[in-house]
Amino acid sequence: MDPIASHAPDFFASDNAETSKALSRSLGNRVLSTVCVGLSLLTLVPLISIVVLVLKNGLPLLSWSLFTSLPPAAGMAGGGFGNAVLGTMVMVGLGLVLAAPIGILSAIFINEYDPSSRLAQAVRLVAKLLTGIPSIICGVFAFAVIVATTGAFSAYAGGVALAVLMLPTILLTSEQALMGVQSAYREASYGLGATKFQTIVRVVLPDALPAIMTGIMLAVARAAGETAPLIFTALFSQFWARSLSEPTASLSVLIYNFSTVPFPHQIQMAWTASLVLVAFVTLANISAQLVFSKKH
Amino acid sequence: MTEEANNATPPVTSPGRPDFLTVRDFDFFYGKKQALFNVNMDIPEKQVTAFIGPSGCGKSTLLRNFNRMNELIEGVRHSGDIKLLGQSIYEKSVEVIALRRSIGMVFQKSNPFPKSIYENIVYGLRIGGQNSKSVLDEAVERSLRGAALWDEAKDRLHESALGLSGGQMQRLCIARAIANRPKVLLMDEPCSALDPIATVKVEELIHELKQQFTIVIVTHNMQQATRCSDKTAFFYLGKLIEFSETQKIFSNPSQKQTEDYITGRFG
Repeated sequence: MDPIASHAPDFFASDNAETSKALSRSLGNRVLSTVCVGLSLLTLVPLISIVVLVLKNGLPLLSWSLFTSLPPAAGMAGGGFGNAVLGTMVMVGLGLVLAAPIGILSAIFINEYDPSSRLAQAVRLVAKLLTGIPSIICGVFAFAVIVATTGAFSAYAGGVALAVLMLPTILLTSEQALMGVQSAYREASYGLGATKFQTIVRVVLPDALPAIMTGIMLAVARAAGETAPLIFTALFSQFWARSLSEPTASLSVLIYNFSTVPFPHQIQMAWTASLVLVAFVTLANISAQLVFSKKH
Repeated sequence: MTEEANNATPPVTSPGRPDFLTVRDFDFFYGKKQALFNVNMDIPEKQVTAFIGPSGCGKSTLLRNFNRMNELIEGVRHSGDIKLLGQSIYEKSVEVIALRRSIGMVFQKSNPFPKSIYENIVYGLRIGGQNSKSVLDEAVERSLRGAALWDEAKDRLHESALGLSGGQMQRLCIARAIANRPKVLLMDEPCSALDPIATVKVEELIHELKQQFTIVIVTHNMQQATRCSDKTAFFYLGKLIEFSETQKIFSNPSQKQTEDYITGRFG
């Protein structure tokens, strides 16, 4: 027997051991690929289910009058949730007015001014810890700070609770956005005789803006859907808000209230309100991607 | 571009002060590591001075000290002095931002801002408080002509600078630097990221620019130093080994280390 020929690979594997090894490798490869694809499809299931369910149950009642009417009394038909939509927008807006400047300016400090200082490290650590805070604790905090001291439930308190919720996200995504700006741009700016402030305002922030806005939109989308922080800060209201220092309706609390009462019309409204909320959150996310994408 | 620049060696003009930019007993440290040892040199006005030497020899470090860019790094210190037109750049009365407007810099990898060509060039003027449209327009045309980019850029001034080719971007950075009308132009390996044709254009530009600006250029390319510079300084391990007329350095160097480097025995 030719010693070389007996060890040469044979494409038409006549050797049984070779064949079965090759087959099992190929089989293992296919099994793994199938498992990965299958699990990926599985992750789509909850998302698609939610969208389908909310559309199916919420679409029947959907109409413009919902946005201009007030919630119906117990057991009554008709009405809408205009005050809740407005309340959500107002309180998320209040939260943003508080959280965005603090978050962005803090991110500027920890990334542009003294990244290695103890203060910057502490801020980063605290922000990361705060992202894990249960949203109900944000509500408890706002209760203690605003409601207990002013003696009233209010949109201000709800706004503060949402601000605490949004702040860590905005801070950390802004820091990432600033880190994404090429240091070559900063060098060029300093080389032309700019101060640090000018460099940040004229070069760094404009370049980081798309990513910062995306972070803000994500925080807004999350805050709009939270119920727990609003339950004992803004409470709820059946009426249009006359001022910011009284209990205010919100979509999330409305959904919570209406879905737990035994009246079919109210439950139906809860579905429709859910549809509106999901639509709002999705639109916020999509617009963040589209409007603020970099055009390089 | 001027025809004679293509084949003649650069004429040794001496229209200005020989001590335009001076370095005296200069040591420089990155933290504990000493990068420059007792450097002494006089850089002449309106000529091109080249810094050559192997990697890590300190030539870029010294260059970046002229406009105090090294101060952006933490933990650096120096001793000795650097003077521009007889005044120390480290004097308390000197504002670093004003210094950097007088001493412009072009970096190895071109770094135009993600803004329009127009806004890139007027950046240095705007941060100095100049916002008058007529002044800015004039500066843009002057700088683009000075950087041999006017014809290619004049119809797209308000388009993004990032749409230019590599060579055009580097010429834009040069235009941006000269818009400030600096006294000195520092160039840190300006052609190392460019293709040969773009390199030729930048080198021709340097010939033109030295009529208005004092130029110091760091280069790895010895042929470039021969083509572009009037004087050459050879650095090795943080020390200035030899500094004299380019012709002399490359044909008859005094130091053996210089000769070894030039003939390719190391580096």
